[in-house]
Amino acid sequence: MTHASEFQVPLATRRSATGIPTGRLALWWVLASEIVIFGGLLASYIMFRLHHPHWADEASHTNIWAGGFNTFVLLTSSLFAVLGHQAAEQGDGPKAARFLRLTVLGGLVFLGVKALEWSGEIAHGFTIYRDLFWTFYYAATGLHGLHVLVGMVILALVAQDAARGKNLHRVELIGIYWHFVDAVWIFLFPLFYIAR
Amino acid sequence: MAEGHAQSFWSRYVFSTDHKIIGLQYLFTGMFMGLVGAFLAYVFRMQLAFPGESVPLYGVVTPLQYNALVTNHGAIMIFWVAMPILIAGLGNYFIPLMIGCDDMVFPRLNRLSYQIFFLSTVLILASLFVPGGGFGGAWTAYPPLSASAQYNHTPWGAPLWLIAVALEFVAFLLGGINFVTTVMNARAPGMGPMQIPIFVWMVVIASIVFMASVGPLVAGAIMLLFDQLFGTHFYDPKGGGDPILWQHLFWFFGHPEVYVVLLPALGIVAEVITVFSRKKLFAYKTILYTAFATGIISFFVWAHHQFVAGIDPRMAHLFTITTLIISIPIAEMTFAFIATLYGGSIEFRTPMLWALAFIAEFLIGGVTGIFLGANATDIYLHDSYFVVAHFHYTFFPIAVIAGFAALTYWFPKMFGRHMNETLGKIHFWGTIVPFNFVFLPLFVLGAAGEHRRIYSYEHFSQLFTPGLQNLRVLATVALVVMLLFQFVFLYNFIRSLFAGEKAEENPWKANTLEWAAPSPPPHGNFAEMPIVYRGPYEYSVPGRPLDYWPQHVPQ
Amino acid sequence: MSGQGTEATSHPNYVKVYLALLVLFAISVVGPLFGHPWLTLVTAFGVAAVKATMVAAYFMHLNIERRYIWYLLFTMVAFMGLLFAGVAPDVLAQGGQNWRHVRPAQPAVGHH
Repeated sequence: MTHASEFQVPLATRRSATGIPTGRLALWWVLASEIVIFGGLLASYIMFRLHHPHWADEASHTNIWAGGFNTFVLLTSSLFAVLGHQAAEQGDGPKAARFLRLTVLGGLVFLGVKALEWSGEIAHGFTIYRDLFWTFYYAATGLHGLHVLVGMVILALVAQDAARGKNLHRVELIGIYWHFVDAVWIFLFPLFYIAR
Repeated sequence: MAEGHAQSFWSRYVFSTDHKIIGLQYLFTGMFMGLVGAFLAYVFRMQLAFPGESVPLYGVVTPLQYNALVTNHGAIMIFWVAMPILIAGLGNYFIPLMIGCDDMVFPRLNRLSYQIFFLSTVLILASLFVPGGGFGGAWTAYPPLSASAQYNHTPWGAPLWLIAVALEFVAFLLGGINFVTTVMNARAPGMGPMQIPIFVWMVVIASIVFMASVGPLVAGAIMLLFDQLFGTHFYDPKGGGDPILWQHLFWFFGHPEVYVVLLPALGIVAEVITVFSRKKLFAYKTILYTAFATGIISFFVWAHHQFVAGIDPRMAHLFTITTLIISIPIAEMTFAFIATLYGGSIEFRTPMLWALAFIAEFLIGGVTGIFLGANATDIYLHDSYFVVAHFHYTFFPIAVIAGFAALTYWFPKMFGRHMNETLGKIHFWGTIVPFNFVFLPLFVLGAAGEHRRIYSYEHFSQLFTPGLQNLRVLATVALVVMLLFQFVFLYNFIRSLFAGEKAEENPWKANTLEWAAPSPPPHGNFAEMPIVYRGPYEYSVPGRPLDYWPQHVPQ
Repeated sequence: MSGQGTEATSHPNYVKVYLALLVLFAISVVGPLFGHPWLTLVTAFGVAAVKATMVAAYFMHLNIERRYIWYLLFTMVAFMGLLFAGVAPDVLAQGGQNWRHVRPAQPAVGHH
């Protein structure tokens, strides 16, 4: 009699008929389903944007320097994540953990800048109600920010394990997720900040 | 001692990570919600047949309540009955068994998926009892009706309904990722892509189609929730939004969703008819490729739900053509099933009756769909009871008939006992015959111009003629008869759980791997992990003394 | 712990990829400043696509992953293109649909 409360990894998880480790394979499917969630939102935004020429004026009120700085921060944190993966591949858990914590720091800076940006905009009357452009702006950057936040929590947990040399394969997985969040921002930045 | 027992009950049946327990949790939740959905249907059908009179077990139906009843009947039957039973319930229970492994690849994710689903179930049920009553804007939730409490009069019901649906999507996304990854990676040694049973393939294709189509609606639901709770204008032309956008986002998911539930149902039918005609499944590869084709084409047909919504007429022509095209792969699969029967030695056991009834009844649903998929005829028939009858002739076979085929077929495996065959046949005929008497009259009513979502026809003199009203009464009486016959099933199901005839490992003499496990399978499923030597449908192979050849038997 | 310079030979030089991304990022900010619509389109969105592809290929290691993962992710993007193509004619172009309210020349009869 085994106790269900003591969780044991089943044989199924260790099989790999495709040659891709199960965790990574599942992650690709997660990202596939994320692409259509962000895709649906952004496709709707682009349609409205093309339909309402005056949105260009609204977009000129977003802070291109804050957005640009955040792009830089996310790109840099992505570099840390991938360097963490490299360290994990070499079996160096503590080094991987250090890089992952730097990645978390990047996420923290990103959200901090975002919070300053939002509060400045709201203070100047660019609230969610001002125009549909701003509704889309807050919805899209908010959804993305939520992904950043979730990523930071998981990064911190994975880093804690990695520092003790445990579950090093997860370093790569959370890294891939983080790069995806980065890639989404790469599109959000021109859509909401640059194009005007 | 008693406490230790309670502990083990909770960890074994409630917080279990075993795919079989989770499958049963989904299955029983789905069956319970089926009863809820059926009760809602009973109440509003009684209102239509006997307008204004007090409905037994419910009372007088008000117009707002009527709207909430039809809305939640639709939403519950699709999201809380068809999906959990066909995909999550049976998929969870049988995918690991049929591909020969011990569990899903992510058992704890699986448990989380059910817990989120359970939460969504609680929310949808709670939404019926909040101040203002349940959401009444139809399961399609078109704005502006759904977007503002000022219009729908359900300040609590509408957001709760939407959140429940969104949580259900999250649960099925997690489950779908688990299914797809499991089948891709955890198959038994020797099981190549062409040795996978059709049912497993169908759940995988359905999960992928679900995953690819639901994203825009998740985004759309967030936008609608913003409109409901914060008063933004995503779908409000006054603020620069567009209500048609929601219709597109909804149906971009909503039409593929039909195939998401249809494909597993077809998979069940394929399993059952091969076993009970003792013949190899006709054209395995053709069925597989047409299933893929169906999945892809299902993304190109969505706007046929919007022909009268003021969409671009040129697009309407395109969507007419694609809609008519999608009937081809489905017809092809139906022909393959009929060809499987041809020359077989057919046994009319209860599961087989359900499977055959599926083909017959779904055919009517498919053929009447042609009229609705063509924009010219749809402009007349749109939003009439013809539509209602049509999609019940598709969804009833999918969710109910295929569901019963699966339950009766796999009952011996799941519970180690047989169901009573006589009661099973009584239930079968008691369901199939009244079913046709419920929905055939609705075709006539719809063609006569009866519009959907009308609380009472008393105010429409041309629709309140004795002839049409008699058809409404006929449909309602047939519904009540059909519902009463479900008690036969419930009795049979519960009695067989405890007192049914003991079933052996492989009572139907079937080939697929789940029959190699004990009945019911223990934790870990197989005494010895199976190895696969051949495809799943090697029945009546010439030169073999036995008429079946299980996948895991070397010779 | 070990020295900073030990790069695995099978992997690209991540720092080089990062620097290339920064250069592209600079282009995407500077390009639109000229205010030319086509230049904006190419520098902002064309460069974004290139950047995202580079992140996917080198950081997410899609270039050494099984080929069908590319196809999977690309199919999802393609479905979004399909969604756009199907919805845009309604949300975007409303020409020829006569949605403006035009008063009838005579009031309709028989509707009371």
